[in-house]
Amino acid sequence: MNTEQRRKERIDRGIKVRTDGLYAVMSWRELSYLTLPRIVLIVGLLILPFVMPSMYWQRVISIVCIYALLAVSFDLLAHFVGLVSLGGALFIGVGGYLSAIMNTSLGFPPLLAIPIATIAGAGICTLLLLPCLPLRGVYFAIVSLMYPLAMTRVIEALDILGGTDGIMGIDSFPNRWVEQYFVILMVLLFLFGVRRLVNLDIGLVLRAVKDNDQAVRASGMSITLYKAVAVFISSAMGCLGGACIVHIYMWSGMSLFALDFSIIPIAATVIGGAGTLVGPVLGCLILVPVSELLREFGTLRIVFYSLILVGFIVFRSEGIMVYGQRKYHQIERWVKV
Amino acid sequence: MSDQPILEVKEVTKTFGGILALNRVSFHVNEGEILGIIGPNGSGKTTLINSITGFIKMTSGKVLFRGKDISRKPAHKIADMGVTRTFQIMRPYYSLPAYKNLVIPLFSPRAKRTGGWRGGGKLGDRNTVGIDILEEIGFERDSFVPYKMASTLPTGYLKRLELARCLALKPEIILCDEVFSGLSMSEIASMVPLIERLQMDGIALIMIEHRLRELFRVARRVMVLNFGEKLIEGNPEEVMANAKVKEAYFGSDEEVEEDMSYA
Ligand SMILES: Nc1ncnc2c1ncn2[C@@H]1O[C@H](COP(=O)(O)OP(=O)(O)OP(=O)(O)O)[C@@H](O)[C@H]1O
Ligand SMILES: [Mg+2]
Repeated sequence: MNTEQRRKERIDRGIKVRTDGLYAVMSWRELSYLTLPRIVLIVGLLILPFVMPSMYWQRVISIVCIYALLAVSFDLLAHFVGLVSLGGALFIGVGGYLSAIMNTSLGFPPLLAIPIATIAGAGICTLLLLPCLPLRGVYFAIVSLMYPLAMTRVIEALDILGGTDGIMGIDSFPNRWVEQYFVILMVLLFLFGVRRLVNLDIGLVLRAVKDNDQAVRASGMSITLYKAVAVFISSAMGCLGGACIVHIYMWSGMSLFALDFSIIPIAATVIGGAGTLVGPVLGCLILVPVSELLREFGTLRIVFYSLILVGFIVFRSEGIMVYGQRKYHQIERWVKV
Repeated sequence: MSDQPILEVKEVTKTFGGILALNRVSFHVNEGEILGIIGPNGSGKTTLINSITGFIKMTSGKVLFRGKDISRKPAHKIADMGVTRTFQIMRPYYSLPAYKNLVIPLFSPRAKRTGGWRGGGKLGDRNTVGIDILEEIGFERDSFVPYKMASTLPTGYLKRLELARCLALKPEIILCDEVFSGLSMSEIASMVPLIERLQMDGIALIMIEHRLRELFRVARRVMVLNFGEKLIEGNPEEVMANAKVKEAYFGSDEEVEEDMSYA
């Protein structure tokens, strides 16, 4: 008689009990269980340019990546620091115009202008937002939304920075492969960089600022300083995106301050799963192509966004990534008892 | 204990709109001393701590820490000098395990400078130092307690965690806002030696308490607040014998009269 019995066991059972960082003692099986999702994401993003049917869709991938940078930036501020930012448009605009000016006036090539615009732009955005950092509540959201609106009016009224025509004759990336892989690598760099950051001790402090800012002050640390650090990192991501856009379109105009850049990343974060960092990237991979498909509907697109968003909030409020992670951890295998 | 003042509070006044929450309160604490502050509910004790530590701006008055005026400094600068506080309503990071709660103060500039409690100028691994501090403050090291989420800890441990956050900064003085309240008799009994040990290590303490018997075991000098004004200060026996204190603090409650006889 066969007395052998079997029962189901969760694959992550042996992994859960160990602390993070102890990979040495793991079997290859557990290791692959842990690293597989990461590899799928990285490889998936890297082969995207090859599988796109046309140059038009390759361009869409670049735009997806720029929104992905914005979405990670939003998620970092909202979920780990407690600042709800509507500043996507501000970051894109500042980074974009800076890179455009450096390219057309100073003659910097794109791959030099972009990093400078990223750092300088982040500095400018952080300074602009500094006054509302000590305040709690909705002030940060309102002020970050107000700046891009004000910028367009200023550019229009004073006819500076190319006025309503914008700045033309901006150099493009050396070729479209450089463009594609530059933005894709940037998304991966910042995604994993931010993931690492929030798990470091300084990330713990950032999360503490969100949890309980009075206790952070009682611990002898300035909450304004740590908020500023987070805003700097966040706006650097946005400015990087903006700097890339102007070299993709070879044009920099007032539409860089369009509110799409503030709103779509938030929608993508809701869809992908807030607080997961990778979820917002997935959200962009879904939302941005859908919005391209809907392009012919013009402004009616906003109705579709709203429907998608409402649908998600009602039926899957946690977001794809949170749901997916849970299911992944629940995968079971048969073991002998 | 020396007679050198570590903290001098001079005529501190605080108004909320029209309400006078503190009216020209002056007192001092000596190096290594424990000063008790008592007073009925709403008498301004927490407001006093908030004003000294910079969590609210005082309307007028001065606070000197070792002779240096700290009354206009922001809260984190004051904490950075070693003037630390606990919160009456505990403020742990609920989403973190107890020991990770200490990683945050150990990340502060002051902890980096001083090495944290018992650090001797050098800060080791923050997680380990955090667990060391928790052990000293009464978390059983070999149990799961230091690794438990703060949200699942009972009040007794949360009160200790408040003190532990101060210790992580290697404090010069701790302003304790009711660390005994909400605790059982046996929990308080285990806290009292802890407080005495802190004093032996040279830390000065201000202790706001409603639990007089336990307070008088550690504090040799007590100040009474009533309606934002300082009534008197002196040793526990003097204070308890004072008629004004009896009236303000206890009314004519006989039960408390009895309680006082223990003091
Ligand atoms: N932020 C505030 N705004 C307006 N009034 C306040 C504020 N904080 C405190 N008060 C008032 O100041 C007075 C003193 O309050 P405080 O909290 O300092 O009292 P307390 O002595 O700590 O009382 P308890 O023993 O209950 O903790 C109270 O009358 C309170 O209503
Ligand atoms: Mg109080």
